[in-house]
Amino acid sequence: MTGTLVVVGGSLAGLRAVEAVRGDGWQGSVVLVGAEEHLPYDRPPLSKGYLSAAGCADPTYRDEHRLTHELGVELMLGTPASGLDVEARTVAVGEREVGYDALVLATGSYARELPGTEGLGGVFTLRTLDDARALRAALREGSPRLTVVGGGFIGSELASAGRALGLDVTLVERSPTLLVRAIGVSMGEALTRLHERRGTRVLTGVHVEEVLGEGRVRAVRLSDGSEIGTDVLVAGVGAAPCTGWLEGSGLTVDDGVVADAKLAAAPRVHVAGDIARWPNALFDDVLDGPMRLQHWTTAAEQGARAARNAIAPERAQPYETVPYFWSDWYSSRIQFVGVCGAGTHEVHVEVVAGDPADGGPFTALYRANDRIIGALAVDMRAEVMKYRRLIGQRARWATAVEFAETRRRKAG
Amino acid sequence: MKIVVNWDRCQGIGVCESVSPDRFEVDQDGQLVVKSETVSEGQEKEAREAVASCPNEALSLES
Repeated sequence: MTGTLVVVGGSLAGLRAVEAVRGDGWQGSVVLVGAEEHLPYDRPPLSKGYLSAAGCADPTYRDEHRLTHELGVELMLGTPASGLDVEARTVAVGEREVGYDALVLATGSYARELPGTEGLGGVFTLRTLDDARALRAALREGSPRLTVVGGGFIGSELASAGRALGLDVTLVERSPTLLVRAIGVSMGEALTRLHERRGTRVLTGVHVEEVLGEGRVRAVRLSDGSEIGTDVLVAGVGAAPCTGWLEGSGLTVDDGVVADAKLAAAPRVHVAGDIARWPNALFDDVLDGPMRLQHWTTAAEQGARAARNAIAPERAQPYETVPYFWSDWYSSRIQFVGVCGAGTHEVHVEVVAGDPADGGPFTALYRANDRIIGALAVDMRAEVMKYRRLIGQRARWATAVEFAETRRRKAG
Repeated sequence: MKIVVNWDRCQGIGVCESVSPDRFEVDQDGQLVVKSETVSEGQEKEAREAVASCPNEALSLES
């Protein structure tokens, strides 16, 4: 196919989409639409070293010359796409209607905000480079007391960054346990110890009733009636897919854009990254429906796959993956591969190396049916990719346990 | 062709190992070990895939 490939979304998935087709030698026109004014940049550092390191350059992937001249991409940055017409094959961007022959949608997520904090100073979310710049500056003004609402991975990384700066840090999580959605209950408890060991105050089973302060945050009042004095408040209360602009487009939007195994959401329309909800064949025996991932690796891979499928639908290939994410807190590396839940199937977690009681190092494996479906490694850097491979091969549980035993003997 | 690692960028995240386990391995200290630098004919596709997979763009292929 020749013609025009339009990629909506100027982050990792969008970048990988344009680089994939150009890397394959595709000669058509490529347009990259991004809501932010920035060139595509890398997000993982924003909640990690970017906040705590003394000097840190913006994590921009490619300079403008590389994108426009070498890759031949027309950049439309700074205005979000506002509508899609799949019949006319156009995307509305500001005043422009951009025509496409193939389309990749990769608009990512936006950070949820705490209700009732609009216009209040000292309150932040963390999703974009601008968010990170503002928060980075605020964390360096004097020695602010930091409260992080939401004990997921972003919240945990924020707490860690705050401690690295020597701040007084409180982490507030509504559930009784941190990270339940990402790694399950028992392991969530184990990881809580990493925080406590490094002096972060962790409050679970409570939520923020009210944010107090005039013009600027002074304290938060929690559901148990207590008040936590705070100078900087960061909401790490999750992210939602940026799909509002697709309402009325005819695409099926149901917590993400619903796509098939080849990431197609409609003829000539493919999706990638945080907004893609697609059936991941590798887990079809344990999951009840399609999945949506918000991981770096998935965005990168889906971006490339979606673009290749979009420009050559007759050669389109399905996308399947063993999900992988990593997180750095304090000096620990936390890695998870696979899935931690399995729809209606019961999931068992077994620690196969180390001891979670001390907050690691340890490795835990997740089982559903008779299969290994996930692995969590805390400071077990040599382990996790080996389990990723086993999960990808749909290895039986006994095989995984045997492998773990071999590793243990080797470690001696 | 051979694999070149920019050691200032590598953080031992390990995606390369899952793409190309015979060539890459992260050890317990998080240090990447390149078991074989040389990319012979027939191995290029996998090597390119591994290079492209790195979240820190620490890998490259040089002739």
